[in-house]
Amino acid sequence: MTVESTAARKPRKSTGAKKPPGDAPDPDLIQLLTPEGRRITPSKGSRGARASRTPDSPTPEELAEYIADLTADDLRGFYRDMVLTRRFDAEATVLQRQGELGLWASLLGQEAAQIGSGRATREDDYVFPTYREHGVAWCRGVDPTNLLGMFRGVNHGGWDPASNNFHLYTIVIGSQALHATGYAMGVAKDGADSAVIAYFGDGASSQGDVAEAFTFAAVYNAPVVFFCQNNQWAISEPTARQTRVPLYQRAQGFGFPGVRVDGNDVLACLAVTKWALERARSGEGPTLVEAFTYRMGAHTTNDDPTRYRDAEEYASWEAKDPIGRLRSHLESEHHTDEGFFAELETESEALGRRVREVVRSMPDPDHLAMFEHVYADGHALVDEERAQFAAYQASFADADETAATEGSR
Amino acid sequence: MAVQKLPLARALNESLRIALETDPKVLLMGEDVGKLGGVFRVTDGLQKDFGEDRVIDTPLAESGIVGTAIGLALRGYRPVVEIQFDGFVYPAYDQIVTQLAKMHARALGKVKMPVVIRIPYGGGIGAVEHHSESPETLFAHVAGLKVVSPSTASDAYWMMQQAIQSDDPVIFFEPKRRYWDKGEVDMEAIPGPLHAARVVREGTQLTLAAYGPMVKVCMEAAAAAEEEGTSLEVLDLRSVSPIDFDAVQRSVEKTRRLVVVHEAPVFLGAGAELAARITERCFYHLEAPVLRVGGYHAPYPPARLEEEYLPGLDRVLDSVDRALAY
Ligand SMILES: Cc1ncc(C[n+]2csc(CCOP(=O)(O)OP(=O)(O)O)c2C)c(N)n1
Repeated sequence: MTVESTAARKPRKSTGAKKPPGDAPDPDLIQLLTPEGRRITPSKGSRGARASRTPDSPTPEELAEYIADLTADDLRGFYRDMVLTRRFDAEATVLQRQGELGLWASLLGQEAAQIGSGRATREDDYVFPTYREHGVAWCRGVDPTNLLGMFRGVNHGGWDPASNNFHLYTIVIGSQALHATGYAMGVAKDGADSAVIAYFGDGASSQGDVAEAFTFAAVYNAPVVFFCQNNQWAISEPTARQTRVPLYQRAQGFGFPGVRVDGNDVLACLAVTKWALERARSGEGPTLVEAFTYRMGAHTTNDDPTRYRDAEEYASWEAKDPIGRLRSHLESEHHTDEGFFAELETESEALGRRVREVVRSMPDPDHLAMFEHVYADGHALVDEERAQFAAYQASFADADETAATEGSR
Repeated sequence: MAVQKLPLARALNESLRIALETDPKVLLMGEDVGKLGGVFRVTDGLQKDFGEDRVIDTPLAESGIVGTAIGLALRGYRPVVEIQFDGFVYPAYDQIVTQLAKMHARALGKVKMPVVIRIPYGGGIGAVEHHSESPETLFAHVAGLKVVSPSTASDAYWMMQQAIQSDDPVIFFEPKRRYWDKGEVDMEAIPGPLHAARVVREGTQLTLAAYGPMVKVCMEAAAAAEEEGTSLEVLDLRSVSPIDFDAVQRSVEKTRRLVVVHEAPVFLGAGAELAARITERCFYHLEAPVLRVGGYHAPYPPARLEEEYLPGLDRVLDSVDRALAY
């Protein structure tokens, strides 16, 4: 995974590079927990991390400090977060199959990236998600059932972003990177010491909005962390379709640090995000974090990944499963006993049941709801159309009533 | 076999295949158009047969897709680009409006812009936000662009070929909820002009004018009206820029009443233009004001409300009754 390996390549007729380093199979990552679940304690001058960092990035030793104080309780907590998030996600996928949701975007495989980064945020930080950040929402205290309204088709968001400093999901790819940057510019103007984090995918990194967000964040030294979950795919397009250099290296060209972290390592994600948020808070400006991870499910329930990716690739990532990894660690370090896992299983069942019940009893919105909140100050045309629509609907009710009374005569 | 029964999406696929076969300068570009064949499979199998140089999976950047298509067109190619869904065309709107639409005029006719922008549009498929919009008016309002929308498999097949052959940029709106509707396609027919409206059902008492996904709704409304003894004519406009006002005028001079139906918001929509022009042209023929049925001045609602938002049979017939009551 070096840039040099392809930089000297001659121009060719093909429309794109076949295998640029952004798609490297075995990237050099910041990692604090091995796939086998062994905690890595970096020593001074440890090799390997260089290539995954731009010059002003943290060293592995610095990062290790951010998680040095974690207690067994903390670790069990992250495990619980990941298990429950996965359970919620699985339940939503099933509910979609049963016709209760119109669509679902699964986070399967991305739990560590989301719980690690989400748990790194402080209550007064502000989060701008895309549409797959169910684990981050969990960390922010958003009731998971709130996330389901838009996928069921009863609303376009449905939660108050201010109540958990967790913004609405954004479906237009990359838009929210600019909102996050603007919000961060506001935070800085206010002299507050909170930070902002924007989530987006590797595909989104190609959007102009994301590049423009990088520009603004750099120029205004905005306290924002760009958290890119590189799950290797943008629907059917591999990361190779978006970039020829590893994504984290983009940051360098904009003038801020970029870090590539093992996105399946919850501890590394936590440490790196804490470091980046702290940088932001202390006035050092933006950071790009690339969490190198894998989308284990389909892009959404509408997608058929067998058309474009092979089983081997899936299998190689399955071995790096973020939850199994932490479980091995907990078991080998005696942070847990059977009781813990059994209790969690019960809790997980209960969450599944609750989600099912809430979704099934979620009412369809009132028909007039589409005219609500179109404007904050009201609007004559909307008022007129609402009245016409209400009268039109009422005409059916009248007709039904007439039919009913006629029928009873 | 000259006549085939095909779903609309498949007719587009066949049409694109013919275009790729007959003109080496034709390129397809867009997100997921290659291996996946597009999220609606309109480009299914084309990359396999024509290669990655002709059927190009692009980075996830709509402004980039259209901007580079402009460059390719300047270089003599005929790019056909796919925007994955209606609501994602806005990042490219700048390139379309400020560049693509005006290049020919700015070069005093020396430069041609044979770019087709395919956009699956409209609602009725239970999708999430930004996947159900009807932004055709935003494009029709811009001089230099042509805007068309087929309603049948046959039109999809032929209009796509004509759009690709056009030296002007064509915004090609594909009615996504009709993708799976089958229709007969005569591959050897001689198609009518791309921008000509067509009477798809003869009638005497009122004209329903529509395009794209609403043509089917109007046909159903006309069938229902017939049972009540009312004779409706249905006109498929096929093109929103230009609009075939002559055809509408001919029909209205016969039926004396016009109701325009589209999914896009009524306010300042294509129906508003039709109402104004037809009132001007047919003032003494009209027995009733031109009425419009369409979307509201509200964001496209969540899926569970879209049946209330979209013009359906009842709303069309309600307007028909109102027009007939004058
Ligand atoms: C502007 C825009 N273009 C296209 C789409 C359709 N679309 C939805 S998700 C997606 C892929 C996104 O990939 P990535 O950014 O890597 O995020 P991931 O879904 O993999 O988490 C596409 C093309 C969109 N939502 N917005």
